[in-house]
Amino acid sequence: MIHNQTVIEQRPAPSSAIGPLAWLRTNLFSDPINTIFTLIGLYVLYLLVVPTVQWAFINADWVGTTREDCSREGACWVFVNARFTQFIYGLYPRAEIWRANIVFAGFFTLIAWLAIPRLPFKRWVAVFALVGFPVVAYVLLHGGYFDLPRVPTHRWGGLMLTLLLATVGMVGALPIGIVLALGRRSNMPIVKSFCVVFIEFWRGVPLITVLFMASVMLPLFMPSGISVDRLVRALIGLTLFQSAYMAEVIRGGLQAIPKGQEEAAAALGMTYWKRMGLIVLPQALKMMIPGIVNTFISLFKDTTLVMIIGLFDLLGIVQAALADSRWLGFSLEGYVFAAFMFWIFCFSMSRYSQYLERKLNTGHKR
Amino acid sequence: MLNKKHLVLLASAGAITLAGVATAQADTLEDTRSRGAVQCGVSDGLPGFSAPDDSGEWQGLDVDVCRAVAAAVLGDADAVNYISLNAVERFTALQSGEVDVLSRNTTWTTVRDTTLGLNFTGVTFYDGQGFLVSSDLGVSSADELDGAAICIQSGTTTELNLADYFRANGMEFDPIVFDTSDQTVGGFQAGRCDVLTSDTSQLAALRIQLDDPDSAIILPDVISKEPLGPVVRQGDDLWFNIVKWSLFAMLNAEEYGITSENVDDMLSSENPDVARLLGQDGNYGEAMQLEADWAYNIISQVGNYGESFERNVGMGSPLEIERGVNALWTQGGVQYAPPIR
Repeated sequence: MIHNQTVIEQRPAPSSAIGPLAWLRTNLFSDPINTIFTLIGLYVLYLLVVPTVQWAFINADWVGTTREDCSREGACWVFVNARFTQFIYGLYPRAEIWRANIVFAGFFTLIAWLAIPRLPFKRWVAVFALVGFPVVAYVLLHGGYFDLPRVPTHRWGGLMLTLLLATVGMVGALPIGIVLALGRRSNMPIVKSFCVVFIEFWRGVPLITVLFMASVMLPLFMPSGISVDRLVRALIGLTLFQSAYMAEVIRGGLQAIPKGQEEAAAALGMTYWKRMGLIVLPQALKMMIPGIVNTFISLFKDTTLVMIIGLFDLLGIVQAALADSRWLGFSLEGYVFAAFMFWIFCFSMSRYSQYLERKLNTGHKR
Repeated sequence: MLNKKHLVLLASAGAITLAGVATAQADTLEDTRSRGAVQCGVSDGLPGFSAPDDSGEWQGLDVDVCRAVAAAVLGDADAVNYISLNAVERFTALQSGEVDVLSRNTTWTTVRDTTLGLNFTGVTFYDGQGFLVSSDLGVSSADELDGAAICIQSGTTTELNLADYFRANGMEFDPIVFDTSDQTVGGFQAGRCDVLTSDTSQLAALRIQLDDPDSAIILPDVISKEPLGPVVRQGDDLWFNIVKWSLFAMLNAEEYGITSENVDDMLSSENPDVARLLGQDGNYGEAMQLEADWAYNIISQVGNYGESFERNVGMGSPLEIERGVNALWTQGGVQYAPPIR
């Protein structure tokens, strides 16, 4: 038997159920209390956003070279503009900036190469990044070889110095941290106690004390005539300090790996280093990505502390620029710029770590 | 038994012995010549005294001292390595030999001069604590500040000087303490206080940061003595003399009317004082192991004291600090250099 069936055409859901309006209704205006809070929230947002936008964009002055070009009604980005080169390279001689540019270009190319999965020769690029590139960067930045004029480290600064401190700190702290974490879990009493003492010592003192010790006390203990460059002192202090934190993060990862994994590996006849390198560490490090990146980000921000030992990192050079009598009174603009730069780098690190987690699919995601 | 005091004594004795070891490396002049540059410790940013300008070159009154020494010793005022130092590490840096001259708005006091193994070579700027008041207040002297609310940037000497001054004059005040100069200016601007106090050299810099700098005036009264000057290591008298006379040369040049512009014309001057200073009559640099044209180099490359003052902190700069007590003795100030002869 055949019925004449009128098929009801498929129609989109009513606008009250989907779309932005529905979203607003369910999430922001679902009941009177919710509506009131939404309105209050909107008002607070209005109070905050309007003056900020007006200050930072609408009333702001962008072009010019001196403070006279600023109306003072809004932000004076002229200041940041005039000082931009300095904020990036510090007091690096203007004529030699091309050297810093090559290092910057190399640095970002290598990072991109290692971060983008499609590109080949990862292993060789990584070896070059860890072994070859630091040498190239040192020769270029410091000079004194191949007819390059010497640029002493006290002229290095700005974003360049911040990146240098952070990169050396990260690259140095990770292996030292792994070794310390393994040492702390070791059965050998001397190795174990050394690692415990080392970690607890460096975790027990504030970074600012470490830097002060390195810059104020160390020179007095050195034999006369021998002085270690203050940047090197800061780098060593920063790396050792960070490696202690890294060690504890990695130890957390090691503890999360069931003991059966290591025992099974041992049953297969693997040596200690094979068990660690092939079975335990790959799992532990994968799981510890958020913790490791957290440490990296905090290290990146901690680099600003080198300001107190007279190194001009990004924040330090901004503050030094604020003391120029021709640019007095633009501290807000300077600090906003520094904050923005830091945000860019920290945010990209955090995004990359999230991507890495998804890609490695740790299976521990909740 | 060792108590805390003994420990402190022991520690400082240790520090001094170490400092002694460091100062034993005597020949700063030789080191400077072989390095080809003067290592100069400056502040990491103080308006008018030392700060990098837009092109990254250091500028300021303190910086000019370094430049003068470099001009005298090496004949090139640009042959200076500037090491920025904070207040805590400045003396260590000098003791350990990291810097040859410390020119970092350092107040000359008994304790610093006698216990640190250091010597002050002169005074580049006679500073002192002063007051910034809103011009609406109608006050013209610090005596009229009884009962005022006063904004202070935290730092005990400023507060103590203020308390001393008000007690000595039988007046009351209401202190409002801030952490940074930005906050202090903000507090003053928002009307939290009627008066802002700090060193006069800094008041000028704070005043510029007001929305309307003309709405505030700096009172003429100065309630403390803060003579700022360059410092060198004790035990190297030759270097001490060089730094000392570099500053004296700048002061004498101003007194004799020699500027960076007219110094070449002045070479043929009949005035015996000028001829001696510029090395045209006798060689007064010889005893300091310098060339005869040491002072000529300073004046032609850095300028005389007055030029440096006006350019960095005086009327030629945004700070617009009056010469006042920093004027030459011939013009009612106290800047006085011994004669060159």
